[in-house]
Amino acid sequence: MTASLPDANALIDSLAATIAPAFDPDTLIVGIHTGGVWVAERLHALLRARHPVGQLDISFYRDDFSRIGLHPQVKPSSLPVDLEGRAILLVDDVLYTGRTIRAAMNELFDYGRPASIRLAVLIDRGGHELPVRPDYTGAALAVPAHRNINLSRLDDGHLTLSIA
Amino acid sequence: MNSQLTSDGRLHHLLTLDGLPRATLTQILDTAESFMDVGEREVKKVPLLRGKSIFNLFFEPSTRTRTTFEIAAKRLSADVVNLNIATSSQTKGEAILDTVDNLSAMHADMFIVRHSQSGAAHFISRHVAPHISVVNAGDGRHAHPTQGLLDMFTIRRYKGAFHNLTVAIVGDVLHSRVARSQIHALTTLGVPEVRVIGPKTLLPAGVEQMGVKVFHDMETGLRDCDVVIMLRLQNERMRGALLPSAQEYFKFFGLTPEKLARAKPDAIVMHPGPMNRGVEIDSEVADGPQSVILPQVTYGIAVRMAVMALLAGAANQ
Repeated sequence: MTASLPDANALIDSLAATIAPAFDPDTLIVGIHTGGVWVAERLHALLRARHPVGQLDISFYRDDFSRIGLHPQVKPSSLPVDLEGRAILLVDDVLYTGRTIRAAMNELFDYGRPASIRLAVLIDRGGHELPVRPDYTGAALAVPAHRNINLSRLDDGHLTLSIA
Repeated sequence: MNSQLTSDGRLHHLLTLDGLPRATLTQILDTAESFMDVGEREVKKVPLLRGKSIFNLFFEPSTRTRTTFEIAAKRLSADVVNLNIATSSQTKGEAILDTVDNLSAMHADMFIVRHSQSGAAHFISRHVAPHISVVNAGDGRHAHPTQGLLDMFTIRRYKGAFHNLTVAIVGDVLHSRVARSQIHALTTLGVPEVRVIGPKTLLPAGVEQMGVKVFHDMETGLRDCDVVIMLRLQNERMRGALLPSAQEYFKFFGLTPEKLARAKPDAIVMHPGPMNRGVEIDSEVADGPQSVILPQVTYGIAVRMAVMALLAGAANQ
């Protein structure tokens, strides 16, 4: 099954190409830990965005805290510029239920009131449980519910997709 | 001792730092680090403990500890109720466990307990239902674990690591629950040299067995220290036979700029508060460039948020 997966780096290139025509360089690109940050960093370079990449760790906003507790490795969120009135491009590696995106939007609003939020994902694997749809998608892949699709980063910075 | 951990090693109550593994202490400090920016956001809250009820049970007065626990709980979106029990039902003779039972019947999720009796928080933790967590906010002379943790957080923020430090704890170690928690945490985190400095009457017998070096004068005790932690001298100690006078104490053990010059030039000065200026610390030091006493207070909020979040997460399982 791994053999049929698209190349992550080529996918990011084509994702950037779909975002570029309407992209304002003043937009703040925000990646969701961990895979979303990797994709956001690549998009940032390809789109020549003005501000550094923002990072969100949504652990404090998860809706399953009361069932699974606190994630053992919470990273601080960091947003380099004020969100008030700003256009945001929110980036994640895989869109599945949509719960992560809901949590990320809740967190963003605790920093300020952005003018807009658009969502870019590398893979939309289906199985949405909330009314969340990406504005930009690298690829739509139907992945069975019992499988996980993962983005990982090799030591040389190369990104690869795998299914487990 | 580790009745505070769940069977799979997660923190269920926080009663003492004695016996907690280094990994647990580090996890709390790391989690606190990620809470640090919440206080600087437009909305100073995260929704983690939304719908949880936290009771501050203070059988002994405290302003700062209670306030920082309250702020920490509110920044986690919990509902907080403060009870100063010395002024309410305890005086009417209501037993401590009746109070706890009543509050449990109001669907409490967590108790933050301060009591003048050592062991009070342990006692309550053994009594409550399994989904309830207990945090010791200071019990007698025994322990004050969140103060010890916020001190470790402060040291790590200023010094980066623990493995190359010399830390001195100065003053009334005998009566200090703060000092006990600090010593446990410092040795667990791998500080190679922990010193206690004080008059013989204010150091507990056998304190060396806790892994510390004992000094009875500031001149040698402070030499080349990276961190100087001053302890509050309880005024009531003066009335007993332990000390001649506040002036006499200040002369020998009060931290002045001259005594501080014995420590490393970049040494930091800490104090758990509230300070007795002119007794254990000179104002010039307390307000000086090496003092990190006010950052300690700020860090105390993030550390208490981390403790509450980790406890609530483990109690839910």
